[in-house]
Amino acid sequence: MKMMSNFLLLPIIIPFFFGMLLMFAPKNIRFQRIGAMTGLSIAVVAAIVLLFKVKNEGPQVVTFGDWPVPFGITMVSDMVSALLVLTSVILAFFTVWYSIAAIGKERESFFYYPGILFMVTGVNGAFTTGDIFNLFVFFEVLLMSSYLLIVLGGEKAQLRESIKYILVNVISSALFVITVAYLYSVVGTLNMADISVKIADIQQPGIITVIAVLFLIVFGLKAAIFPLFFWLPSSYAAPPIPVLALFGALLTKVGVYAITRTYTLFFVHDMGFTHELLMILSVLTILAGCIGALAYFDVKKIIIYNIIIAVGVILFGVSQMNDNSLTGAMFYLIHDMLIKAALFFLVGIIIAVTGTSDLRKMGGLMKTHPALGWFYLIAAFGLAGIPPLSGFIGKLLIVRGGFEAGNLWGSLWILLSSLVVLLSVIRIFIYAFWGKEKGPLQPVDKGYYRMMFIPTIILVVLTVFYGVGSEWITPFMQDAGNILNNPSVYTDAVLKE
Amino acid sequence: MEVIMAIAIGFLFMAAVYLMLSKSLLRIIIGTGLLSHGAHLLILTMGGLGGSAPPVLSEGVTNMADAIPQALILTAIVISFGVTAFFLVLAYRAYQELGTDDMNLMRGTDEDDE
Repeated sequence: MKMMSNFLLLPIIIPFFFGMLLMFAPKNIRFQRIGAMTGLSIAVVAAIVLLFKVKNEGPQVVTFGDWPVPFGITMVSDMVSALLVLTSVILAFFTVWYSIAAIGKERESFFYYPGILFMVTGVNGAFTTGDIFNLFVFFEVLLMSSYLLIVLGGEKAQLRESIKYILVNVISSALFVITVAYLYSVVGTLNMADISVKIADIQQPGIITVIAVLFLIVFGLKAAIFPLFFWLPSSYAAPPIPVLALFGALLTKVGVYAITRTYTLFFVHDMGFTHELLMILSVLTILAGCIGALAYFDVKKIIIYNIIIAVGVILFGVSQMNDNSLTGAMFYLIHDMLIKAALFFLVGIIIAVTGTSDLRKMGGLMKTHPALGWFYLIAAFGLAGIPPLSGFIGKLLIVRGGFEAGNLWGSLWILLSSLVVLLSVIRIFIYAFWGKEKGPLQPVDKGYYRMMFIPTIILVVLTVFYGVGSEWITPFMQDAGNILNNPSVYTDAVLKE
Repeated sequence: MEVIMAIAIGFLFMAAVYLMLSKSLLRIIIGTGLLSHGAHLLILTMGGLGGSAPPVLSEGVTNMADAIPQALILTAIVISFGVTAFFLVLAYRAYQELGTDDMNLMRGTDEDDE
């Protein structure tokens, strides 16, 4: 009998509890800020403790109501989900800190912070759950909060884009329910570990492969893979920068996680079709992202298209299905969440200082804001994966895994895309920081500027440590890659007690 | 029975797709409602129609209905109810602010507004 532990629920429950608490006094802005910061810092501590618990004791499992395992709703915290949960609470913490200066009092007094906390609840729940229908429920929790966050403020562009965003997500949720119904009719269970075992028993007949592709459509709509990313650029550009940072760093990654989980745990018996399809789509996703990242002069759009490129790179790693590529995909996933948030924060400061998001109207910031320039350059190099910064090790492992699996062209494509990523972010540096000053700068209050700049600096420094200290992080990532590569580790932890 | 259900579900999906492809925002929202109805019926059918057997499991009973699909549908109905309510409010607010409910007129980016 293994020790049952409820501890893994804390990173889900703490943000939920503080979110409820904050709803009692929406107009007291001081209370809102302090409450959100406190809640998230407690959640960060809980997530760190959980991570070390998982490292030392193996995957943590708890089944609600103490039902026998395939019948109750199971929550499973393995290394993959523990790492993602920690990253998501850290990012939410920095976003709240940054928001204090950047979001404005009107939004703060209309349930902005509860929205963030409930979204973190949903995201952490989706990362942790071990039940496929419960995954749907947590998706809806995070989507509901994201609907609030994307429309909060009620600007014309926000209203127009949030209608499209909600419509796309409602359709994908309906498809999710349909897909779960098909899966249930074939395997007769909802527990993810049990599904994995049952699919292995029946050796994945054709109908399961159809279900695999349906799952790819459902999660691909959320993760923004190649033909399904159409809604993302304009929707994400509508809300203010802190919300954009949170969405760009967290929401698409939940979709990526769900694809990773289903494609490494369930559908591993017909890889010639499913994983080949995933690889082709991921390569096309990178292509589409590269075109977008070079085509725009809008700084927000450039970074948004970089989200799509990163999704392609991570999923390419997943589609290769060997130890190196999966470890690399995990490395790159966490790196991308941190660095995207940092870049959006930096871009937000640039927009606040210049008063425009159009590169052609910027210039000469290096003279007035040198520190901003240097930190932007570090983050840009990190994103492109220049050693020893954070993007390097993940990309190296993914490419090595690609070579091992014999996909020469796909791996070279990843390497080429790094150059495009570098070019696209350096373009922002050249236009915004070099050259002559164009037009007067916006008068930004020194205190507010510092309130935005300090969390950004800390986040950038964190990504530098993530790259330089990859030696210490590697054992965690190898555990995660091992779980993804060997579904039996996951199923044994859940089913055998 | 399964065939009749399949036809009903297919009809609901057809109507939903037709409505969602129209220009009017209100029709689109009704379409999403029909889509979720179809999905709920699909869960019921896919779980196996239990006939008149009770959904209880006790000693000696071999013929019983599966209760899980009903639990799933209940959850999904509540969620789609909430989302539809939110969507309707948003549509009304957008109509007030943008002065149109025609999706054709809601295209474009900020650059087009300037």
